[in-house]
Amino acid sequence: MQEAMINRAKQLLADGTVNRVIGWKRGEFAYDITPAVFQSAEELDADFVFDDFTSANVSKYLVKESKKEGKILAFLKPCDTYSFNQLTKEHRVVRENVYIIGIPGGPKLDAEKIKAKGITGILGVKNENYTLKIDTIYGEETMPFYEAVLDKCASCKSKKHVVFDELIGEDGDVLESNRFEMVEKLENMTAQERYDFWRDQFSKCIRCNACRNVCPACTCEKCVFDNPNSGVENKAPADSFEENMFHIIRAFHVAGRCTDCGECSRVCPQNIPLHLLNRKFIKDINSLYGEYQAGEDTTSRAPLNDYKQDDCEASIVHERGVE
Amino acid sequence: MQRIGVFVCHCGTNIAATVDVKSVAEALGHEPGVVISQDYQYMCSESGQNLVKNAIKEHNLTGVVVCSCSPRMHENTFRKAAASAGLNPYLVEIANIREQCSWIHKDIASATEKAIILGKAAVAKVHLNAPLTAGESPVAKRALVIGGGIAGIQTALDIAEAGFEVDIVEKNPTIGGKMAQIDKTFPTLDCAACILTPKMVEASQNEKITIHSFSEVTDVKGFVGNFTVTIKKKARFVDETKCTGCGLCTEKCPMKKVPNEFNMGLDNRTAIYIPFAQAVPKVATIDPNHCMMLQKGKCGICSSVCSVGAIDYKQEDRFIEQKYGAIVVATGFNPINLDKYDEFAYNQCPDVVTSLELERLMNAAGPNGGTLLRPSDKTHPHKIVFVQCVGSRCDDSKGKPYCSKICCMYTAKHAMLIREKYPDTEVYVFYIDVRTPGKNFDEFYRRAVEQYNVHYIKGMVGKVTPRSDGKIDVQASDLLANEQLHIDADMVVLAAAIEPDKTARPLATMLTTQMDTNDFFTEAHPKLRPVESATAGIFLSGACQGPKDIPETVAQASAAAAKAIGLLVKNSITCNPCVAHSDELMCNGCSSCEKVCPYGAITYEDKEFRMPDRTTAIRRVASVNPAVCQGCGACTVACPSGAMDLNGFSNSQIMAEVDAICK
Repeated sequence: MQEAMINRAKQLLADGTVNRVIGWKRGEFAYDITPAVFQSAEELDADFVFDDFTSANVSKYLVKESKKEGKILAFLKPCDTYSFNQLTKEHRVVRENVYIIGIPGGPKLDAEKIKAKGITGILGVKNENYTLKIDTIYGEETMPFYEAVLDKCASCKSKKHVVFDELIGEDGDVLESNRFEMVEKLENMTAQERYDFWRDQFSKCIRCNACRNVCPACTCEKCVFDNPNSGVENKAPADSFEENMFHIIRAFHVAGRCTDCGECSRVCPQNIPLHLLNRKFIKDINSLYGEYQAGEDTTSRAPLNDYKQDDCEASIVHERGVE
Repeated sequence: MQRIGVFVCHCGTNIAATVDVKSVAEALGHEPGVVISQDYQYMCSESGQNLVKNAIKEHNLTGVVVCSCSPRMHENTFRKAAASAGLNPYLVEIANIREQCSWIHKDIASATEKAIILGKAAVAKVHLNAPLTAGESPVAKRALVIGGGIAGIQTALDIAEAGFEVDIVEKNPTIGGKMAQIDKTFPTLDCAACILTPKMVEASQNEKITIHSFSEVTDVKGFVGNFTVTIKKKARFVDETKCTGCGLCTEKCPMKKVPNEFNMGLDNRTAIYIPFAQAVPKVATIDPNHCMMLQKGKCGICSSVCSVGAIDYKQEDRFIEQKYGAIVVATGFNPINLDKYDEFAYNQCPDVVTSLELERLMNAAGPNGGTLLRPSDKTHPHKIVFVQCVGSRCDDSKGKPYCSKICCMYTAKHAMLIREKYPDTEVYVFYIDVRTPGKNFDEFYRRAVEQYNVHYIKGMVGKVTPRSDGKIDVQASDLLANEQLHIDADMVVLAAAIEPDKTARPLATMLTTQMDTNDFFTEAHPKLRPVESATAGIFLSGACQGPKDIPETVAQASAAAAKAIGLLVKNSITCNPCVAHSDELMCNGCSSCEKVCPYGAITYEDKEFRMPDRTTAIRRVASVNPAVCQGCGACTVACPSGAMDLNGFSNSQIMAEVDAICK
C-alpha cells in the first residue's frame, strides 16, 4: 500500500497536478507516525510512511495548506474524509486546491495498548493472521492483533469515503457500529456516579491542549481558550477549570460539527475518553432531530443550525434531566 | 471614569408597596461608578424626567439606570429624556423592578433584595454600554393581506382607498370566505351575498388590488417595512387570463360526483368547477384529485369544449416573490369537526347538521334551491331542535374553552327565519346562556322568543338518537322546569364552536407572530393595541384574532387597514441600532450565522488581512447589513468562535449582568 501511494504521488507531482503531498513520516519512535508535507519524489522515497500506526487525520492541516499556492495531494482514510467534508461545508478548506486520494482505513494500532502489555522498545510490528508480531530491542514479542487496536477503530462508523478524487484500494460501506455503547452506560448511571466518573477523568487533565490542537472541528481563527482576558488561556491546571469547564465547553463548541473521528482521545496523553462527550451530543442529536452525520455531505443543514416546525421543544432538555 | 446616575421609581404603590425603594436607592448609590442615586414617586412624570435630565447635566453623567417598570413601557420615555439632556439614548438602562419584582413578590425584604440585585446588574451593564446611532430603512409601499374573506376584502379596500397597492392571497379558488356561504345576516336579516358580492366585485375592479386566488404564502423574510414574501400560485389547470367563466366546462365535465365544499358537501360538483355564481375571480379550477384527465390521462372534455383554450393540464405551481411594507393576517375561522360528538349523532344521521350546513340548506344557491328540506328524505321538517354551545365553553379536550360568540345570534336568526317561512314548524333552542350583547342584538333575540314563539329552553341536550321511523329522539333537560324532555324532532342543528383556520399556525411561524393556546393570533396589547401583532408590521384582521361577528370583523378590518396605512405613508422607519456585527479578526467564515439569520442580513466577503511576519492572507469573513439586521441575536449564539456580537446586548454586557447577579 505504502509503495502504491508513493508511486501515485510521484506521478501526480511529475505531471504537475499537485505541487506537494501531505502524508506521514516517522517520528522519534516507530509508532510516532506524524503528518508531514513532501515537496519532491526524493523526499517521498526517503520519509513517506503508511503503516499500522499511521492513524493521524491530516484534514485539519489542509485548512492552512489549501490556502497556499498550487494544489496539494492529500491521502485521506474514510474517517478523515468526513472531517474534510465538514471543513469544506464550513468554508475552512478550499476544496479545489486539494487533490484527494481515498485510502483504506484501519484498524490502526495503539502503541499504548502494546506498552500496557509490558512490551517496550518497539521497533516495528507485523500483522500475521491477526497475531501481532512486535519487533523490539529486546527481541520479538506477540499479542492478539485486536487487543492492540485503537479504540476509535474498534468502534469504526464507516469505511466509506465521502469525498475523493480517486481511490487506492476499494471503497467500503457505512458500518453498523457499537459506538454509543459506552454513552448508554454513562446515561444509565445515576447523576452522582456520572459526576464521579467524569470528575475522575477530568482530574487527570494536564491542559496540554492536544485535544484542541488535533481536533478538525477546532479551527477557529482565534480560540476562546486563547483569550488573554478570559483568565484561562494556556494555563497550567492549577484550579478546577479543567475539571469543571474546559472539556465541556469544548464539547459544546464542536456539537453538531464533530464527525466523531476520535482524534481527541487518541492524542490525549492522559487517556481521557474525550470522544464520549462528543458521542453523547451526536447520540442526542440523532434521537432529538433525526439521524445526522456531520461531514457526510457539504450541503445539508446541520440540525443545530436549522429550525424546523417539528423540532422538539427546548423543554426536552429539562424533561430529560428529570428522568 | 464612568459617572452613573440611578433613579428608582415608586410607581405610586405599585413598586413602593413591596419594595423598599429608599434602601434600593441607597444600596445602588454604593455601586462602582454611581455618582447619584435617587428615588421618586413617578419617574415617568414630567418632573421625574426632569430629575433625570437635570442630573445628567449637573453631574455630567455618562450612563443612566432607571429602576422602574418593564422597558416595554417607558424605555423610550427615558431614552428621549436622556437625549434631550445631551446623553446618547442608548446609555440608558432599565432595571425592571415592577413586573419582574414588586408585582410578583409579597415579602418586602426579599423583594427589596431582588430589586437591588436587578439594579446592580443594570449598573454593571451600563458600564459597558456604548453610544449608538439609529439608522433608517425605506418602506415598501405595498401591503399584503392574507385571507380573502370579508375581513381581508375590507382591509384591502381600505388600504387601496388610501392609494397603496394591496395583494390579497386567498387559498381557495375564490375570495368571499365564510360570509359567502351564509344565507342571511343578523340583526337586519339582509342577504349576505347581496352585501358581500358588491365588495368582492369592488376588490376585483380596484386597480390597486391584486387578487391571488388559489394561492398560499410559503415564505416570509425581512421585517417591518421590508418583507419579502413568496406566494405559491397553486396549479388550477386553467389559464386565469383566458378563462371567461362561461361555465360550459363545468356543465360538460363527466365527473359529477365530487362533494361540493361550498355547500358543505350537501350536494356534488364536477371535477372542474366554479365554486359559486358570483365567484371572484370567475375562473374555473380543476380538482386534480378527481379529474380523470389528470388522474388517468383519459377524458379531456373540458379542454375540447373550452372555446378560448384556457384549459392547461400541464400547468404547474408557480411561485412569485414580492416586497411588502405591511402584512395583514385575515385567515378567519372554521366550525370545529364534530366527529367526536357521538352523543349528537352527527356522523350517524344526515338530518343532524351544523349551523353552517343549515345556512346552505336554506340558501337559494344551496342544494335545495332555498327550500328547507331534510337531507335524508327531502321532506319538510316540522320540528327542529337547535343545540347551542356544541364544543364551545367546554372544559374537556373535545371542545374549546372559549365562547364562540356568534352562535346565539345566528341561532336566533335561523329560528326566526324558519318560523317566518314555515309557520307550521316548531323550533326548540337548547341553551346554557343566551349571550346577545351588541347593538340591536338583544332586541333581535327577544323578537325570536316573543314574536316568533321560538321555544327557548335552558338546558343541554344529553343524547340525540336517530329512530328507524326517520324521527330523531332528542333527550334533554329543562333546567328551569327541572324535568327531562324527549322531543321527536325531524332535524337537529348543532351550533358548532368555531376555531381558527388550520393554516394560521404555520403562517404564524413564518411571520414570527405569537398565538394563544387556541391558535388565535395574539394582539400586541389586548386593550390598547388590538389590531397589531407583537411583531412590527404585522396586523390582525377578523376572526383570526378571536371569535367575531361580521360587524366587528369589518370594524377590525378597517382598524387594521388604518394601522397598515399609518406605516405605508412613511418613507422610512427608524432602525434599531442594536444590531449584530462581526469581529473580523475572529470570524472563521463558516456560514453558521448566515444559516440561522431569519432576515438574510449576513453576507460574506473575501478580505485581505495582515498576518504575522509581514504576510497577508485572504480570509472569508461575515458582514452584517445593519439596515436589515433586527438584532434578534440568533447569530451571536450560533457563531462557534464568538465573533458575532450584538450592539447594546454584547456578550460582555450580558456576562457583566450575570456576574453582578451571581456575586
